[in-house]
Amino acid sequence: MTAELGAIQVLIELLYLIASVLFILSLKWMSSPTTARHGIWAGEIGMVLAIGGTLLNRGMDYRLIGIALVLGTIIGIPLGEVAMTAVPQRTALSHAFGALCVTLVGSAEFYLRTPDISRFMMAVLSLEVILGGLTVTGSLMAAGKLQEILPQRPLTYKGQNLVNFLLLAAALAIAITLILHPEERTLFPFMILIALAFGVLLIIPIGGADMPTVISLLNGYAGLSAAAMGFVLNSKLLIIAGALDGSSGLILSIIMSKAMNRSFTNVLFGAFGQVQTSAAAGEEARPVRSATAEEAAAILSAANRVIIVPGYGMAVAQAQHKVRELYDALTKRGVDVRFAIHPVAGRMPGHMNVLLAEADIPYDRLIEMDEINGDFPQTDVALVIGANDVTNPAARSDASSPIYGMPILDVDKAHTVMVIKRSMNPGFAGIDNPLYYLDNTLMLFGDAKAFVGGIVRELGGGHG
Amino acid sequence: MNSSSALINALFIFVLAGFIGFEVIRRVSPLLHTPLMSLTNALDAIAVVGAIVLVGEHKSTLATVFGFIAVVAATSNIVGGFLITDRMLKMFKSSRPAAKPAAK
Repeated sequence: MTAELGAIQVLIELLYLIASVLFILSLKWMSSPTTARHGIWAGEIGMVLAIGGTLLNRGMDYRLIGIALVLGTIIGIPLGEVAMTAVPQRTALSHAFGALCVTLVGSAEFYLRTPDISRFMMAVLSLEVILGGLTVTGSLMAAGKLQEILPQRPLTYKGQNLVNFLLLAAALAIAITLILHPEERTLFPFMILIALAFGVLLIIPIGGADMPTVISLLNGYAGLSAAAMGFVLNSKLLIIAGALDGSSGLILSIIMSKAMNRSFTNVLFGAFGQVQTSAAAGEEARPVRSATAEEAAAILSAANRVIIVPGYGMAVAQAQHKVRELYDALTKRGVDVRFAIHPVAGRMPGHMNVLLAEADIPYDRLIEMDEINGDFPQTDVALVIGANDVTNPAARSDASSPIYGMPILDVDKAHTVMVIKRSMNPGFAGIDNPLYYLDNTLMLFGDAKAFVGGIVRELGGGHG
Repeated sequence: MNSSSALINALFIFVLAGFIGFEVIRRVSPLLHTPLMSLTNALDAIAVVGAIVLVGEHKSTLATVFGFIAVVAATSNIVGGFLITDRMLKMFKSSRPAAKPAAK
């Protein structure tokens, strides 16, 4: 809101402009793994310029700012050093931190500015703190579920949507009141409290399989609230960064919801959590064929083309390094081994890619669903490790299935399908998987890590 | 303050930046969706500049306290976000060693 721009002010704005360009370049370079690390440097330089520029503002209390920056760094370093398996919960936690910053700044601005605040400004400020508030608690809930501090099972109760809707309506009613009567400052804390409560209730009905969508959505909300903060502070840099983050989160949510065959509006309004009533109807024990590690190793070593389909089960069992050994053993025998990655495999977008990359599997072996699906009919063995719903052929053929219409990996079209699974218990969504009863399917019962290790031992030994 | 023209400017910037965001992020390889999220998270923490001003200007105790917590939260996102993104990207290796030297 500065009326006249002094020389320092102009310098600061120019630094912000350079930072904005660097941020856009940073995301542009993420288009390929070969340039992605330039993206980090661009982002870091932009960040340093922007913070440095801000500190040029005159009359600042540097001591307190310094303490806060150091404290944030001390907290940030361990958050940057977490194990790769903990990345989903770390990401959720950082959405919460980002939204916390936005909500606190918005609240402080409210008390500094009211009652002299324009209606539009009050509207944007309300949007900022409502979105920010629900993202704080929503992300903390998501992080808690991913870290398994909170029960992962979705909790649903009667009238859930009605309660959520009423809460949101109450928050909006307060916002409108404040827009018309900004002097009613006592109402403001209630608006924040309702937003915080709404965030908790929004995530309660969410189960693990929906996490990739939810994390993306919270990412989008965090970005939009930051953009709103940019409007309030009249900061172009913040508007740009918020718009970039917001569009990133929204694009990822769209990709994730498509991959689960949910409409985007369905996801936007938080209705993603409807738990499919467990289709435990088909109780009759159908026969399955199972095999030992020795038999599996024999089939794999006789194959020319193998596609491995990893899922969340691989992450839970920490089997990615054993999978890498299997990849090495088979590749050494001249078998062509690739990995088929479903967009919602795991607990966040790209989760499987990061775990497999950590295990040193070259990224050009990790193939997206749309690219690899046509290759299954020419594949000798499809090896499914800890994935369930994303391979369920019922999604293609059975209109009564809760996941009907969801795009899946067509593993059943491979000559032989091998599924590593702990037991015959249905997967997360509680849906039976007809894949397991096919004639060309072999069930490999056991812990993913132990079983893959067993296959690797067999391949290394006797057969030669 | 000529707030309506400032507002229009802000709207232009928001809409255009949103477009750039959509176009740029659409092209991000699905391989890198996880690091993309941690990177945008770090960039989004640029909100720290608003919080720094709150702390620096000391306009009220409440504003200073809120600003202080906000700076800590955002800084931890910046530091942690860049660190983990870099760690993740370092892990992505191609099986064709020829494609690599551009990195250093």
